[in-house]
Amino acid sequence: MTVALETTNLVKQFGGLTATDNVSIQFEAGARHALIGPNGAGKTTLINLLTGMLKPTSGRIILNGVDITDASPQRRVRLGMVRTFQINQLFPDLTPLETVGLAISERRGDGADFWRVAGTKPGLNQEIADILDRFRLADVMNAKTSILPYGKQRLLEIAVAIACKPKVLLLDEPAAGVPDEERHEILSSIAALPKDVTVVLIEHDMDIVFAFSERISVLVNGGVFTEGPAAEVARDPRVKAVYLGESLDA
Amino acid sequence: MTEPTPTAKLAAQGILARARWHPLEFVFWIAAFSAIWLLPNKHLILTEIAWLALFALSLDLILGYAGILSLGHAAFFGVGSYAAALLAKHGIITEPVLALVAAGLIAAVVGFATSFLMLRGADLTRLMVSLGVALVLRELANKFSDLTGGADGLQGVTMEPILGRFRFDMFGHNGFAYCLIVLFVLFLAARRLMASPFGLALLSVKGNPLRARAIGINVDARLVTIYTIAAFYAGVAGGLLAQTTAFSSLDVFSFDRSADLLLVLIIGGTGYLYGGLIGAVIFKVMQDYLAVLTPQYWPFWIGLVLVVLVMVGRDRMLRWTEPVRTLANRLDWRAKGQGQAS
Ligand SMILES: Nc1ncnc2c1ncn2[C@@H]1O[C@H](COP(=O)(O)OP(=O)(O)OP(=O)(O)O)[C@@H](O)[C@H]1O
Ligand SMILES: [Mg+2]
Repeated sequence: MTVALETTNLVKQFGGLTATDNVSIQFEAGARHALIGPNGAGKTTLINLLTGMLKPTSGRIILNGVDITDASPQRRVRLGMVRTFQINQLFPDLTPLETVGLAISERRGDGADFWRVAGTKPGLNQEIADILDRFRLADVMNAKTSILPYGKQRLLEIAVAIACKPKVLLLDEPAAGVPDEERHEILSSIAALPKDVTVVLIEHDMDIVFAFSERISVLVNGGVFTEGPAAEVARDPRVKAVYLGESLDA
Repeated sequence: MTEPTPTAKLAAQGILARARWHPLEFVFWIAAFSAIWLLPNKHLILTEIAWLALFALSLDLILGYAGILSLGHAAFFGVGSYAAALLAKHGIITEPVLALVAAGLIAAVVGFATSFLMLRGADLTRLMVSLGVALVLRELANKFSDLTGGADGLQGVTMEPILGRFRFDMFGHNGFAYCLIVLFVLFLAARRLMASPFGLALLSVKGNPLRARAIGINVDARLVTIYTIAAFYAGVAGGLLAQTTAFSSLDVFSFDRSADLLLVLIIGGTGYLYGGLIGAVIFKVMQDYLAVLTPQYWPFWIGLVLVVLVMVGRDRMLRWTEPVRTLANRLDWRAKGQGQAS
């Protein structure tokens, strides 16, 4: 098995708080890998470190054999690692059509093209349309993103990342806050990703986690609490305790 | 190739929305160009409006499309102004159009060099940095008075005819036509730029730099590029001032000029390219009218307008234009033979 993405002894401190505590984790190529843990366990922080939105206090990050610890976020995207956000991060003034088109242009290396009118590259519109259809955004493609209902915005949040054709996709609670009908669309689009794409999923809903993942890592207090095949982790009483403890605290 | 799907056909139409011309835009430019024949005795003030409009367009490129707030945009205006005046005075490039391009390029070099200072920090930091750059340039122009004429301004500039044919006459007829054509050409270029993937990327950076990075956009490179282009535009605007007045003085760098410019853009609105143009017309006409009426109260009036604009909101003040816009939209659809497609 080849490793697509790995960290060694990754640490992130916010002042006195250790949000990521000596994490060494491996994601295999083509894996369906879930990252779970109670609120504040450091899941989002780990994604921020992996994608370069935060600089680690110490430790290394290797993507397909390349040390990317000091690489810029956009370089990591070009190397094939793309994320979605727990809280939607969209472009309020652009339409879904433009947003998806922009992501595709950028991936194709046409993003800095400033003389060609957007959308006149051959094949581009069909590619945009396929993604809009897949995420049921076709009917709102010309509406400003800022006025879309939350469910549509959430679909767009995921669609943009897919438009980047990632090799490694990091999904931070993609179905959070989404009503059941649209939840299904998001999950099926994730299930439909090509087998060679490495998918890391952060999710609180255990049904989704077990339906999706082959492997699970459990983060607690910034560190890897346990890790293993999905069925094993599901049976682990300590994992249940962690979650139970959390729900009692909350 | 296979037949595009229905969605792809809609996408092909929709993505050209920003590039499509609105009927009111034709009206605007026809009105502007007809002023050449219809308002011959107003050409001097119209000339000022034209270069101010270009200058404001330049600020709109960075403020309206990239979210960079600047209080020192006069820096590039000033560099362009002195460059154009010096090129003419020393006979380095005597043909005005070429000299104007050169002035813009020189301003662009300064813009590129200082753009890196504008990458970091929040709005306030950028505001202060831009202000500082303009102040430094003004002091430099003051210090090198052998070259620039210092506080007296750069005297003794004589302008050759445009393209070797059209003299800058004292009534400003040719000067206005020249400025208007330059404005129009650079406007077209800006319009094209903003309908391109590059323009969309800028808007995305303005709207959400975090996500822009997350889809692979090199945010810093985009900001440097647009800042440099805007400096070119501002330099050309300054060059136009120098060429049409055959003069340049330290006040091209002044803080007032940068602040007025922001005002022009606030009056006209940002982010749709016409804001600076419309703002320039309103600003100059108001200045002209009020300054004649009560010269010493000009700052009072402009201050009042600013407060009212911000408090009442431009949208509400412009509500009266709505019927016109609705009508124009309807004509637009009819012309294209389509209803409200989506
Ligand atoms: N920028 C920051 N500055 C300071 N503390 C932070 C920052 N980001 C996160 N933290 C802290 O780090 C810890 C981990 O946060 P993180 O968002 O990674 O948790 P999470 O596992 O994603 O939680 P959730 O399930 O609620 O999304 C929390 O205690 C949080 O308050
Ligand atoms: Mg989180």
